[in-house]
Amino acid sequence: MKLSKSPWLLHYDASSCNGCDIEVLAATTPRFDVERFGIINTGNPKHADILVITGGVNNQAKSVVKQIYSQMPEPKVVVAAGICACDGGIFKDCYNIMGGVDKVIPVDVYVPGCAVRPEALIDGVVKALAILDQKRDAMKSHAACEINYDKNSDTKEKNQA
Amino acid sequence: MSNRSVVPFGPQHPVLPEPIHLDLVLEDEVVVDAIPSIGFVHRGLEKLVEVKDFNEMAYVAERICGICSYGHGFGYCDAVEHIMNIEIPPRAQYLRTILFEMSRLHSHMLWFGLLADGFGFESLFMDAWRIREKLLDMLEEATGGRVIFSINKIGGMRRDIPKEMLKSFRQRLEDLTEDLKVTVRTLLEDPAVKSRLSGVGVLTADEVETLGAAGPFLRGSGIRRDSRKLGYLAYDDIDFDIITHNDGDTYARTYVRAMEILQSVDIIKQAIEKTPAGEVDVPVKGFPNGEYMTRIEQPRGEACYYVKANGKKFLERMRVRTPTFANIPALTASLRGSELADIPILILAIDPCISCTER
Repeated sequence: MKLSKSPWLLHYDASSCNGCDIEVLAATTPRFDVERFGIINTGNPKHADILVITGGVNNQAKSVVKQIYSQMPEPKVVVAAGICACDGGIFKDCYNIMGGVDKVIPVDVYVPGCAVRPEALIDGVVKALAILDQKRDAMKSHAACEINYDKNSDTKEKNQA
Repeated sequence: MSNRSVVPFGPQHPVLPEPIHLDLVLEDEVVVDAIPSIGFVHRGLEKLVEVKDFNEMAYVAERICGICSYGHGFGYCDAVEHIMNIEIPPRAQYLRTILFEMSRLHSHMLWFGLLADGFGFESLFMDAWRIREKLLDMLEEATGGRVIFSINKIGGMRRDIPKEMLKSFRQRLEDLTEDLKVTVRTLLEDPAVKSRLSGVGVLTADEVETLGAAGPFLRGSGIRRDSRKLGYLAYDDIDFDIITHNDGDTYARTYVRAMEILQSVDIIKQAIEKTPAGEVDVPVKGFPNGEYMTRIEQPRGEACYYVKANGKKFLERMRVRTPTFANIPALTASLRGSELADIPILILAIDPCISCTER
């Protein structure tokens, strides 16, 4: 598969047990080594293309998740890593758990597993990349429309003048 | 006069794998106060005792935390086994010891990498995690999982570890030892690392004890206390010494943990040597009735598991006190008076596990 760009990941632990988080980190280390594709685990939402999020999201983490998501530039893709992020998993019955990341922000790729295996996560990120490309293309064509629209409006104004 | 300002640290921060929030009150570059606020990972899993029966809770207990998962599962099983007066077979005791030390080893290697990453020594981070993968391979072969093992059950273990596999573990650990020694030496003897860690966040033995710290944090200030010496599992039959350091600074804490890595390898080798043959579980009948508190030494310090049962399928209460929770007051004390740039290192040096703390 050809990568159209080297995406940067942002990882956030939204009330996960840590298991999936260390697997996200493990994916960047020598055994799995996603860094060879230029995929870097960044700490800054403003640099990130893909948000990898783990855990079932509790009430306190809710606003943090929303804030991080809103700080990421468009186009952006969200990967829910682990079964808790998908639907709450074993903690579904807990009083404090929202039951999945998609209750708070839109999710593009679901990667189940307890804990998620690094191989599965990499597969999920590759899927996310395809979605990222689609979103970027959509933005480009959207932007192109806007430029055309602007040109039209310019000529309109000129005509009126 | 210097200006006071408050810098928010976390919950989302590049050096933090887990969310914790600190309000750092600064006077110029010096931290005068650190106010922690937690709760970003609170799931309330202790209340799950009402919907999961006492056997299923062993698997929930493992998911208190993905790093110290083995210890949590074992601690819970041990408490329930004491209530039900179950004596687990000697082979299971030894296998549990071996796996416990394996999990300590992988947890310490994980911390090792994160600490190195915390002060920008990225190649050491990669190296530590490369070695850790080999440990995870062994754990996966023995239990079937890399992170959550679920091999403990009430009454013993779900499956045996065959003799040949134990033998191969011994050999593979032997091969790893040289690698581990080089990595540990790099961290402890590198002059840049030494100057970065020495004299940072000093706490005396008196201070850590009154603040109730646990584990390597405590031992780094010269207090000889290790719950493994209480003699649970097979630790009584194994020859090991409590590792301490008297300086009480970040380097001392690092030293204790790094030396424990090598010690764990030794303990595993001894335990494999002594593992007797036999069954690994006993049948369990009836429901638990009574209460018990187990104390075990987790990678991060002493953890307590309190279980109360009333003869029904569902427990009445399960309560866990985890080492990082005990370490937070001492951590905030060590932050006071330190430079802003040292904050990530001070936090990483106690190997915080927020998932354990908040459950």
